[in-house]
Amino acid sequence: MSAAFLDNSLWRNIYCVIAGESTECAARDYSSGLLPGGMEWLAFLLSALVVAAIFANAILGGVIVLIWGERRLFGRFQNRTGPNRWGPWGTLTSVADAIKTMFKEDLVPAEADRILFNLAPVMIAAPALIVFSVIPVGVGTYVADLNVGVLFIMAVTSLTTLSVLTAAWSSANRIAILSALRSVALLVSYEIPMALALVGVIMLAGSMSLGSIIEAQAIPFILVQPLGFFVFFLAAMAEMARAPFDLTEAESELAAGYLNDYASMKFGLFFLAEFIAELSTSAIITTLFLSGWKGWDPIPSHLWFAVKLILVLFVIIWFRMTLPRLRVDQVLKFAWKGLFELTMINIIVTAVLIAIWPEPSTTELWIMAAINWPVAIISIWAVSKLLGTSSYENPTPSASAPIYPVGTETLPANAGVHGGGDK
Amino acid sequence: MIGMGLPRGFVVTLKNFLRPHSTEQYPDRHVGLFGAAKEAGMNPVQFLVKRPGDSLKAIAGLATVPVKVKQSARFRGNEFTYFEERCTACASCAKYCPLGIIEIVSVPGKIDAQEGESYKLEVFDIDIGRCMFCGLCVEACPYDALHMGTSFERSKYVRDDLVITKDELWDAEKRPSAFYRPQFEENGFDPFAEEMEDFHDAGRHERKTYDEMKKKWVDER
Repeated sequence: MSAAFLDNSLWRNIYCVIAGESTECAARDYSSGLLPGGMEWLAFLLSALVVAAIFANAILGGVIVLIWGERRLFGRFQNRTGPNRWGPWGTLTSVADAIKTMFKEDLVPAEADRILFNLAPVMIAAPALIVFSVIPVGVGTYVADLNVGVLFIMAVTSLTTLSVLTAAWSSANRIAILSALRSVALLVSYEIPMALALVGVIMLAGSMSLGSIIEAQAIPFILVQPLGFFVFFLAAMAEMARAPFDLTEAESELAAGYLNDYASMKFGLFFLAEFIAELSTSAIITTLFLSGWKGWDPIPSHLWFAVKLILVLFVIIWFRMTLPRLRVDQVLKFAWKGLFELTMINIIVTAVLIAIWPEPSTTELWIMAAINWPVAIISIWAVSKLLGTSSYENPTPSASAPIYPVGTETLPANAGVHGGGDK
Repeated sequence: MIGMGLPRGFVVTLKNFLRPHSTEQYPDRHVGLFGAAKEAGMNPVQFLVKRPGDSLKAIAGLATVPVKVKQSARFRGNEFTYFEERCTACASCAKYCPLGIIEIVSVPGKIDAQEGESYKLEVFDIDIGRCMFCGLCVEACPYDALHMGTSFERSKYVRDDLVITKDELWDAEKRPSAFYRPQFEENGFDPFAEEMEDFHDAGRHERKTYDEMKKKWVDER
């Protein structure tokens, strides 16, 4: 058993309280513990459980607050108050909603594949929680600092789509299947720009570990990597199927999409996963582009992280309230023709800059930012030109087009007969 | 210019975000410390010292003050106001009711040279549970005896309780709505501020003086 996890202050505190007089903790002034010496393995196990429990519950509590906050913000964006009746400022509304959801009748369609149908909500909730294990929420406060943290995040967040597909397939509902098809299409299209957008950040930091990426951010990477941030933000919005990319739950077309046949807490788990995804996306953006928990000294690092997280969440909600839903072909075209090119430009420019200044200092980062911003603006402009954003023009009728109202021609013999026509 | 539509949209939503909300809260609204102190008629410091419990509640966001809803004088509430003195039991309201929910039973009543002749009303029931508040009965009433009401918090547990009888109409507060009664608005009558005590005020004509009445009903006969 390696003692590397003791670099993590959250782990260390819990471990040393439990383990007591072990060699690793003696140097850190923990003179007595709950367990006798020689039982470090049990202390390790217990502290792992405690850390996992703390993180999971903090995330679930955060989701409750997020749902309330999001509804309040929606209200304010629409000149309403939002939920404000139950509890101070309506804070207990989502608690009441959760209780209501739990006590609803649990329905399973007769045609459904019962095992997969019940498995899908679990499969969607678990990876959503796991993402947080690599995100440092403060100085030395994380579950694990993987050296392939970014890769891990990319891998785990994609699992959501598998669960969506499972849910849609097992509920034997053609509308759900359509929704799942869209979800897979979104994943296939947006996973690539999303991953490639992070290449610039990884190149700058020289590491895939989130801890090292935060350490490397002498200035927030949003300044150095504007194009990367732009692409990653949009791709992440599409990845978690939020407006304006919420094709999987397009109410006007698919009712609730893959959620159509779910009720009770299974439905609740899907919703939970959706909100955790929102939370984790904001946490990832905060970590990779807004320098994570870094800030100025008197304010604790956790608070810095929370403030930045809330800021990103606000922008995400602002996006949702502003932009209307896009069509499927528009969304896919946007990914392949727009974002993909932008990421390529970003990678090339960043690679050249890294070749000039390997291991950049703060001044060199500022120079990179000064180069990257014009590049970002020009390339976004050029790509939008390529995509064709010209304003709508009234179609001009060609010479051969009939002039309406048409009434002078002789009608075919079977015109007006219901179902008749081309035989 | 290309791409300017997007930021413009964001500015529009942000403007709406910063604007005060337009929700009318009912039946009460949540107030903070300042609102609660204003409601109690003190300044916040006084309120904090004199009523610490209430001010803690207000700071925690749990204090509420009742709200009076702003309504139009022409509001069609779910009861009726009725002036028996004006009613001749002609049953125009019952005839015009599209749902047939007004029941009128009348007998020949008093014959008085001073006040005029009329039928006496035995039964006057309106089944509010089936009423659609079209107001045709009010429009049909030739003597301005029946008016729409102005209240709306009248839910009941039993459907039969929704039938308004003549006695209930008589005992109810006289707050007639100005719906189809332009004379109320001309006279500056506000049903939410005052009650209408005198049935003469409900009419659309000038009130005749005693001498004019005497001339019409006594001298000319």
